Amino acid sequence: MRLIEKVGAWFELRLGLGKPIREAATHPVPRDTASWFYVFGSAALTVFILQIVTGILLALIYVPSAGEAWNSLQILNHTVSLGWFVRALHGWGSNFMVAIVLIHMVQVFLFGAYKFPRELTWIVGVLLLLMTLGMSFTGQVLRFDQDAYWGLGIGASISSRVPIVGPWVVKLLLGGPIIAGATLSRFFTLHVFVIPGLLLAFVGVHLLMVLKLGINDWPMPGRVVRRATYLEEYHELTQKDGVAFVPDAVWKDIVFSGFILLSIGFCAAYFGPFGPGGQPDPTIIQTAPRPDFFFLWLYALLSFLPPSAETPILMIGPAIGIAVLLALPFVAGEGEKSWKRRPIAVLTILLLAVALGTLTRLAEHTPWSPVMDAWSSLPIPSQYLVGRTALERRGALVFQVKQCHNCHSLDEQGGKRGPALDRVALRLNEDQLIRQVIQGGGNMPAYGKNLSPAETTALVAFLKTLHPGGQAPARNASRAIALGAGEVTPRP
Amino acid sequence: MSAENGMSRRALLVKLGLFFNGVIGLALTVPIVRYLLSAVTQERKVGYDSWLSLGALEKFPAGQTRLATYRNPVVNSWDGETGNIACWVRNVDGQSFQVFAINCAHLGCPVRWFAQSSLFLCPCHGGAYYQDGSRASGPPERGLFQYQYKIENGNLFIKAGEMPTPGQPVANKAGGKTTCA
Repeated sequence: MRLIEKVGAWFELRLGLGKPIREAATHPVPRDTASWFYVFGSAALTVFILQIVTGILLALIYVPSAGEAWNSLQILNHTVSLGWFVRALHGWGSNFMVAIVLIHMVQVFLFGAYKFPRELTWIVGVLLLLMTLGMSFTGQVLRFDQDAYWGLGIGASISSRVPIVGPWVVKLLLGGPIIAGATLSRFFTLHVFVIPGLLLAFVGVHLLMVLKLGINDWPMPGRVVRRATYLEEYHELTQKDGVAFVPDAVWKDIVFSGFILLSIGFCAAYFGPFGPGGQPDPTIIQTAPRPDFFFLWLYALLSFLPPSAETPILMIGPAIGIAVLLALPFVAGEGEKSWKRRPIAVLTILLLAVALGTLTRLAEHTPWSPVMDAWSSLPIPSQYLVGRTALERRGALVFQVKQCHNCHSLDEQGGKRGPALDRVALRLNEDQLIRQVIQGGGNMPAYGKNLSPAETTALVAFLKTLHPGGQAPARNASRAIALGAGEVTPRP
Repeated sequence: MSAENGMSRRALLVKLGLFFNGVIGLALTVPIVRYLLSAVTQERKVGYDSWLSLGALEKFPAGQTRLATYRNPVVNSWDGETGNIACWVRNVDGQSFQVFAINCAHLGCPVRWFAQSSLFLCPCHGGAYYQDGSRASGPPERGLFQYQYKIENGNLFIKAGEMPTPGQPVANKAGGKTTCA
């Protein structure tokens, strides 16, 4: 014991860190903040450290070269002892980090922690969120597979739409005229040097401010933040009813961080690493690129934006979003902190959660994408063929051969790009069916040049049979009259 | 030690030192920025595009659309497979051709040709194009990008070398053939 104390004293004489560390650790925090709601920031830091450690471990093997990256990932997965586990830890750690940072942000927002005097802490937090998302995206690129390759293509296509300088931005992003070795090196530099360096610096500033300004007091309805009096009130709160951060509050942080690490370890061991998917060979075009989970909502959004609005929204939308986040503490720097008195804040979170959740869910189904192999792999349900005429069955064949099934479903099978056709005869009469097939419209290509008159006749004959048994198909009542009274079918 | 004008000798030296460092810093910035912008400046000097052979004309029967691949003219030894680029060649009538970029005009995903329905379909966001490359439906604002082509000694050549993007489409360059859109 004596020796340890002596060694400790030797370092303390030279470093002098003991006192400030002890003070920082035992600084008083409001009693209510020793809460399970206040553990997300420290958990994010813990996962960040895990990412640094596993990232360094991966860099021992990974080769940031367009020709070799994919192979080195295969070596990591299959040859290096437990290489797959380290990859899985890093991949799952990434997902957990984004999730925890988002939860942390929601908690801070709902608890009014961004208000005076913690405006700068919030702003640095917003930057940390952007960097975390940046790490997530660049990390996805380093997993250099088909998704990464075509994801870069999407990034380049979006950047090219920047007015005037777009083509230069593309070259800077890709490091050359095409997605290739220079592109991967760029994203490696961003993922391994630039963004982590910034993250470390900003995490330091973020933590420093938490220590200096104190943790946000538990929001009480009616306890209103005023610039003139807040600091004094907070000081009183910590002095009169405070507890020491260590150990009174910190144990919950430690337990939660441990639980998160355990969860990451479990997911890594059970689900394994992410990919890599197919080789990043741009001549293999049988691929349906998808982004990682936290960018799925964007994938869905890009499918639903109308073409004319897409470029302006892509250019201006992110800027507005970031500006709103940065401006928040200045617009609402005072006033009520409690979510119980801030219905708009609560509704904003709910709206965002529902919107992002819906888009993410849609992106898991991709109803906007044709099912590329439906025409050859999904047969027409037999109930639509039994008891039909030869012409109608011929039409069913046209339906398959011309790949209508890729975009239109029958009995829930097939593409969701266009409307399901199980009841189409109720909606469109014969003339309307012919017109729709030949001219297209409403986001359907025109097939006029691609169908012979006989094929069109057969196809429409088939489509006319697609209605429930008890309901008569749509018909143009005036047509019969116009063509001659004799052809009017008498009502039964 | 302070001078009459209120500035001490040491304060002046600090300012001079900062100024000196500023000048040096600025002088170092120029080459660094040039280095960072090399991908842009290289293009302005020599250009990325050049004429490439897609092979003999027999590979592209009249009235059909076939996938062709080429090695990008600007590649490094470590680019691997990423230096191989695909494109769609349509032999319109045995005389004239259309060579489409593989990249969807929406956000660059690889479009696939469906001969039976004569459509190019994109797997990402559902863009669709007719056989002549014009837009059929979906989010794209325009038709497929097209490469310039020429026929020499029974071989089909295209002018390529750069990934086409909505901001700088191949078809917008001089001589690019456009179709009905």
